[in-house]
Amino acid sequence: MNPVFIITRLTLREALRRKIVLAALLVGAGFLLVYTIGFHIILSQAFSIGPAALDTASRKIATTEGINFLTLAGLYTVTFLSIAMAALLSADALAGEISSGTIQSLVTKPVRRSDIVLGKWLGFAVLLGLYLLLMGGGIVASVWLQSGYPIPNLPIGIGLIYMEALLVMTVALLCSSRFSALATGAVVFGLYGLAFIGGWVEQFGSLVQNQAAVYVGIVSSLILPSEALWRRASFEMESALSGMMGMSPFGTISVPSIPMIIYAAVYIVIALLLALSAFSRRDL
Amino acid sequence: MPETPAFETQGLRKVFGDNAAVKGLTLQVLQGEVFGFLGPNGAGKTTSIKMLLSLIQPTAGSATLLGAPLGDRQRVQTIRARIGFLPEHFHFHDWLTAREFLTLHGELYGMQAAALRQRIAELLEQVGLAPFSAKQLRTFSKGMLQRIGLAQALLNHPDLVFLDEPTSGLDPVGRRLVRDIIHDLRRQGTSVFLNSHLLSEIEVTCDRVAFIKHGEVIRVSELKTLNETQTSVTIRAAGLTSEALAGLSQWGRDLRADGDTITLAVANEALMPEIVRYLVAQGAEVFAVTPQRLSLEDLFIQTVGTEGVL
Repeated sequence: MNPVFIITRLTLREALRRKIVLAALLVGAGFLLVYTIGFHIILSQAFSIGPAALDTASRKIATTEGINFLTLAGLYTVTFLSIAMAALLSADALAGEISSGTIQSLVTKPVRRSDIVLGKWLGFAVLLGLYLLLMGGGIVASVWLQSGYPIPNLPIGIGLIYMEALLVMTVALLCSSRFSALATGAVVFGLYGLAFIGGWVEQFGSLVQNQAAVYVGIVSSLILPSEALWRRASFEMESALSGMMGMSPFGTISVPSIPMIIYAAVYIVIALLLALSAFSRRDL
Repeated sequence: MPETPAFETQGLRKVFGDNAAVKGLTLQVLQGEVFGFLGPNGAGKTTSIKMLLSLIQPTAGSATLLGAPLGDRQRVQTIRARIGFLPEHFHFHDWLTAREFLTLHGELYGMQAAALRQRIAELLEQVGLAPFSAKQLRTFSKGMLQRIGLAQALLNHPDLVFLDEPTSGLDPVGRRLVRDIIHDLRRQGTSVFLNSHLLSEIEVTCDRVAFIKHGEVIRVSELKTLNETQTSVTIRAAGLTSEALAGLSQWGRDLRADGDTITLAVANEALMPEIVRYLVAQGAEVFAVTPQRLSLEDLFIQTVGTEGVL
């Protein structure tokens, strides 16, 4: 078997054995349960007691908007959970093996060091993909089963969220090839926070038509395009109306462009290449 | 013994910050020999092994390993396929079972499934862990981890094995086992590079030893000749004149007398009967003549000294 896949399998096995998968599934199930109950209560009560003045058509629109909002809120939470999962999984990946010394018996085998990094990357990509499918899929399914509402552009939206998770995971892997697990966590969450607040500045700037604020957002997206990916995802999935109405916590006014998405893809590739190179050259 | 070196280093040097962990290692280990690497803690033993295994980059110097220059990117994988390594602290993925662990490392060596299965069964038997093959490594004792680590280092029938402190966690039974394994390896013509501070281990297993201090080889000795040539004798005798006592120095050096007890370093044990005849002829009453081999420990202290040892 190709050494990359040997390491991928090892990574997946580790996640199972060390109860990472089990913990994520149990807590994830709890999350979906709470979401489902909450959605059920809101759907059965809040939308049915709307202003009496509203005619049926208006009420239908309001209900659809509400459901869209709730779905995006759920997916937003899933995005954050995926990001946390991505950072936590890979922060320890190389740093942990280096500090414990387990890496020594791996890299002295007839394999390239880059095989080990690639194998781990692939393993985490699989785990994150499954996680996102279960959690994001759970939200969407919960909404659809209860209300029959199909969220628009679901594959594109989930794909962009997945890309965001991969981005954070790859950056964490890069840091992990150089720094300790804790330092990696600090850097990755710090950058994520920076991109997050930058995104809000951009949203607000766009609302009040302040170009400087929009630039701040763009620059922070260039530093780490994580928030940009979420905002593009929410833009794809939001209802036509809420897109026009403006600011909501999970909606988007200033839409990240396609070049920004391409930039994020290139960013992932470069971060991975840097991780391969940094790990290949360091003393173990 | 073929005279091609298993590995050879020329002024291999590693500096961490402003601290030279290995000042300049120049050493040759022959194929099929069991070579001991001795030195006080912090002498650069592990750093030297790590450089040879490309775990760390040397600051300067060169080396060839099984005929290929260190850092030869084309051949590094084929060379690694012929090397076994037991790391110092034997930290392994402890959520794997013993069998999964060996399977993983065998696969990384590129071994075929059927051959690997057979080899794993063989090795588990050899290191006495066959009954524990389905147990996770985290349930293992230090000694068991060392054994499984050793099995891991031998999976590929290596031509050259690096063992970094292979017996440090083992009880006497385990140490005996390691010794037997090393003897087997020697019989098969495998070169073994043994890094240890357990002198008694080195003494019974190695053909040659290098003493290193501050990252430099200060002496290389053959253990066989060391035992033959470095002997001291303790004599308990009364009634010796001071001339007769002084006359003893014709058979050796470092003559010391303390009351009835005399010690003398002699070139070899064959001189004993001659010394006894001399003492009797001089009218001495001889109570005991005890030859004492110079232990590796004596040689270690003599060579490395006790100063500057951490």
